[in-house]
Amino acid sequence: MPTLQEMAKKPAAFSSGHRLCAGCPVPIFTKMLTRVTDYDLVLGSATGCLEVASSIFPYSAWNVPWIHTAFENVAAMMSGAEAMYQSRKQQGRMDKKVKFVAMGGDGGTYDIGIQSLSATMERGHDLLYICYDNGAYMNTGIQRSGATPLGAATTTTPAGSVIAGKQQQRKDLTKIMVAHHIPYVAQASIHNPVDLSKKIKKGIEIEGPAFLNILCPCIPGWRIAPDMAVESARCGVDTCFWPLYEVENERYKINYKPKQKIPVVDWLLAQGRFKHLKNPELSGLVEEFQQQVDEQWAWLLEQDQADA
Amino acid sequence: MPTTKAITGNGAMAQAMRQINPDVVAAFPITPSTQIIEDFAEFVADGEVNTELITVESEHSAMSACIGASAAGGRVMTATSANGLALMWEMLYIAASMRQPVLMSVVNRALSAPINIHCDHNDSMGARDAGWIQIYAENNQEAYDNMIMAPAIAEHMDVRLPLMVCLDGFIISHSIETMELEDDQKVRDFIGQYQGQNTLLDNEHPVTWGALGLHDYYIEFKRGQQMAIQNAKAVIQDVSERFGQQFGRKYDLFESYRLDDAERVIVAINSVAGEIKEVVDALRDEGEKVGLLKIRVFRPFPYAEIAEALKDVKVITVLDRSTSMGAYGPLFGEIRTALYDANPRPLIYNRTFGLGGRELFPDDIREVFAESKRYLESGKIEKLFDFLNVRGG
Repeated sequence: MPTLQEMAKKPAAFSSGHRLCAGCPVPIFTKMLTRVTDYDLVLGSATGCLEVASSIFPYSAWNVPWIHTAFENVAAMMSGAEAMYQSRKQQGRMDKKVKFVAMGGDGGTYDIGIQSLSATMERGHDLLYICYDNGAYMNTGIQRSGATPLGAATTTTPAGSVIAGKQQQRKDLTKIMVAHHIPYVAQASIHNPVDLSKKIKKGIEIEGPAFLNILCPCIPGWRIAPDMAVESARCGVDTCFWPLYEVENERYKINYKPKQKIPVVDWLLAQGRFKHLKNPELSGLVEEFQQQVDEQWAWLLEQDQADA
Repeated sequence: MPTTKAITGNGAMAQAMRQINPDVVAAFPITPSTQIIEDFAEFVADGEVNTELITVESEHSAMSACIGASAAGGRVMTATSANGLALMWEMLYIAASMRQPVLMSVVNRALSAPINIHCDHNDSMGARDAGWIQIYAENNQEAYDNMIMAPAIAEHMDVRLPLMVCLDGFIISHSIETMELEDDQKVRDFIGQYQGQNTLLDNEHPVTWGALGLHDYYIEFKRGQQMAIQNAKAVIQDVSERFGQQFGRKYDLFESYRLDDAERVIVAINSVAGEIKEVVDALRDEGEKVGLLKIRVFRPFPYAEIAEALKDVKVITVLDRSTSMGAYGPLFGEIRTALYDANPRPLIYNRTFGLGGRELFPDDIREVFAESKRYLESGKIEKLFDFLNVRGG
């Protein structure tokens, strides 16, 4: 595993001059892709912020082969590219080693793209799928997704006088991916580059399908200051809302256990999307949120212990 | 030497795929096209082809995987019908816009609702604006021949567009007919090898595929695409000519059947043309000057060539096996446009038939010619648009 200093000397797949928002943490992982591995990479994006901001014709931020076609199909599309590689290799028309990475936001992954993702994982293609989870359809202007946390205000779940933001808890896509019995599933966060880069490397280099879910705060969507993405991600992980863990060959391993578990309310109230939860009448919602986080963390600790 | 074989239309398409031996096939089952992929899966399982077969979970993913595979530089095929084609709709446009020469058998079937598994052309007609080359086939032999010609057309550097070969569900897909299956090696020599350009697998020359094109570039992309599909017309003629020299069966943009001196003509697509030919022969024996123009290439549409072929005809009945709700049939619109500048302009009218597999019998076609005879005598169309063989009609 190269050190962060060594990685920084290698060329990145993703160049400056992209048009992501100021302070957007997405480039933290896109710049790691080629830096963690010696394989040649072919990348694909679902429609979303990353795609739109990186490929405005006649410009491109990508220094490696990259393709986008639509919102709901990046896994299927990349499974086609991977199959062409396998076919050409078996025919003796391709001798180099190439690896494939599909990337999508939580909208393209948890929701509209889950069918295509699930089937691609089940078929066993040799590719890594990276979801950058910012908890809503941010590219279209902050609409709720299946990844939006309980209570969050979005433009389709506004904090109204009767209904206070999203009324449902988020689905646990990482566990859905674990249920596919694939060689590697992990959760990471953009605030922890050592852990993140290890997981990207492992996901790329492992034989067979891999899934990596990255917590990726959104400046306008979370209504935080442009210099707060990393801090907000760190705090989210320290609440255990977003545990850093991996499931390799179906064995759970927690990669980071906070010394001091921060109450979720501290994380929530630092973000504009949850500010209505300051209202004492909504304390029940905060308690429900804390309870869900506690239960899921306890469950994960059990798995970690059982598989140790 | 060709083998004479009794085979279904689907079986013929699977044989064409085996001979083409694509690098990747991605497909999802749907009646009546399923057998194409089932047969092909056996070729894969028995090692008769080099293909990676991706058994996707939907037709949307089938076309998505085809595009990803094609952008990676190799030959790619699939097959579908009806609702499957409809589910691909978004990706059909993207395949064409990204200039991927994906090849597809479309076994024509009615769209839901009501759900119906039988033939009509609403599925492929609904895709007529997607940017795909569309070639239609009257019978098993034509479907097979069209698919053998497809790679040379779609992959031609002046074209680089996806191509669908359309054949009638059940009527052709499931009917056993005798046909000539050409020699494997001769077919492979005719098709040649294919290598895409600017591919995803060329890491030394990285390319960005599927960029965002806004008001400052989008229309230029679309104009380029329109030019490419117009180029396809000459390429189809060249490839058809070469095919004729190689295999002995002649094809053009459309088929003129007893059009010389014809006064009354039916224009139709696909299997019904076989039946119309029988009726035309019978009526010719009775001294009637009737004929048939059978569409082969619907996209790009050969307006000038059809206008020339029909310039001396007095009455034209356009039979549409599909409906454009709230409008005339899609074929009628094209034929009428083609003949707008004809002088004198023939009488042209439109009949919808065969939706959801409703039969059209030889007596029904005789009725059509009887009606066109009345119009010829009166010099007037009584009903511009109507349904044939329909209750309450």
